[in-house]
Amino acid sequence: MAADRLTFRRAVRLVRVDWVFTMKELSHSSFFILVGALQPVIFASIAFFMFRAGQRPGTLLYAALGAGLMGIWSSTLFGSGGMIQWERFQGTLEPLLVAPRPYVLTVTGAGLGTSTVGLYSLSATLIWGWLFFDIPLEVESPLLFALSIPVTVLGLGLLGLVLASTFVLYRHANALSNLLEYPIWLITGLLVPVSLLPGWVEPLGWILAPTWGMRAIRGAALGGDDPVFAIAMSLVLSVVYLFIGAHFLRYFERLARERATLALA
Amino acid sequence: MTSLRIFFVGGALSYKALFNWIRPDIYIPTMLGSPLFQILFFAHLGRYSGLRDDSFFVIGNAVQACSMSCIYAMTMTIANERYFGTLSALLATPANRAALFLGRALPPIANGLVVSVFGLGAGLVLLNFSLADAHLGALALTLVVTVLSCTGLGMLIGSIGLRARDVFFASNLVYFLMLLFCGVNIPIESLPAWMETVGRSVPLTHGIIAAREIAAGASLSQVGGLVGTEFAIGVTYAVIAFGLFRFFELESRRTASLEAI
Repeated sequence: MAADRLTFRRAVRLVRVDWVFTMKELSHSSFFILVGALQPVIFASIAFFMFRAGQRPGTLLYAALGAGLMGIWSSTLFGSGGMIQWERFQGTLEPLLVAPRPYVLTVTGAGLGTSTVGLYSLSATLIWGWLFFDIPLEVESPLLFALSIPVTVLGLGLLGLVLASTFVLYRHANALSNLLEYPIWLITGLLVPVSLLPGWVEPLGWILAPTWGMRAIRGAALGGDDPVFAIAMSLVLSVVYLFIGAHFLRYFERLARERATLALA
Repeated sequence: MTSLRIFFVGGALSYKALFNWIRPDIYIPTMLGSPLFQILFFAHLGRYSGLRDDSFFVIGNAVQACSMSCIYAMTMTIANERYFGTLSALLATPANRAALFLGRALPPIANGLVVSVFGLGAGLVLLNFSLADAHLGALALTLVVTVLSCTGLGMLIGSIGLRARDVFFASNLVYFLMLLFCGVNIPIESLPAWMETVGRSVPLTHGIIAAREIAAGASLSQVGGLVGTEFAIGVTYAVIAFGLFRFFELESRRTASLEAI
């Protein structure tokens, strides 16, 4: 029995294995290549042309970073939002749930995998902007910039855990994912400053990891926002997401077992 | 008479069969919610960039949103026959291929119009957009022509689906590239020359320009050239699509590869 005990080390290993597995799986998916690399480049190009034609050329690095984070959000949204439905479709949900390890660890690893794949987006938009739009890749604070990226990925990955655990209640998770792509881009200020939106929108963004991730990355790259505060907020939100996601998943699991609806929802 | 029945009844039946999964809880978020937020996103990005007013972005994105139906639905209409295992049975029939092929376009065309009209309505309610100076009849005709034209492109991608393994990658990519190339959010003349050339050779571009001019008060006769060009481009794509459809059908029969790809 002692060999089956879940130690911290084993839990970390399980999360890590699932993280890497999800990254490999999504990296072979043409849909995620589109969402994670091509779509952000297209949106970055639209923003570059709009800013140039609209006489805002100084904001091109701002646009590249924003479009990159838009891609991370899309990867997380479609990857994590449809994760449990996909497991159900493939027939692997039941074996994962009856396995002795807590299912939340599996979903956490997968959520982190979906957001990490989104790093293709950030790399793609920065390289695209540098190659074709002469955007200098110079950042104000390289150390904070390097720190803000993994913290942002962590925040979005754990938000992915919340998405996975709540979208499962919705029968057509993909439709919900389609709906939520643009509004989150908008209210978290990835390309458009939130100050241009109605006043009631800004507080909605405070509870979403992309808001703080964007402020951390932009603050470190361009100055302005305090990146340290944004990094701290990302970490706090990550803990909150982990707590909420784990709670929702346990609730969903119990409900599905009680009603025998695991494969049906 | 039989061809007409295949065109209308066959088109409606194929839509019912292939899109039986469409219910309000899928249709509303995907076909109405997503275009609505797309319009809001680009209108606000337009305000921030200082490029143009809301009207430019509402019309561009509302018209482009029809491609959600014209591109994706047309692709599915052809490619999903293979996915559902009904393609062989369909192509074994002696039905007139043009009636079979074109009849399937009617529901996506109707859907595309609904999406575009909804987008314009949302713009009227939520943004600084007005159609007070517009000739609504001319705008409606322009929308119909643009949706028809865009469906021609959808047919082309759908036909490639008879042969290609992952045609949905192509339809997704084309949908997003239209945002960049067709003057949806960037004035077409602001794009580099090669992008402008590409943009002017695909559906949507001329229709969007015409719709913008009509919204600003132009009459149908003033935008007749644009609407005619849009129609001609759509017909060209539809003819190429039908040619490809027949070519791939015959090739698949010859090499016995209809279901094998």
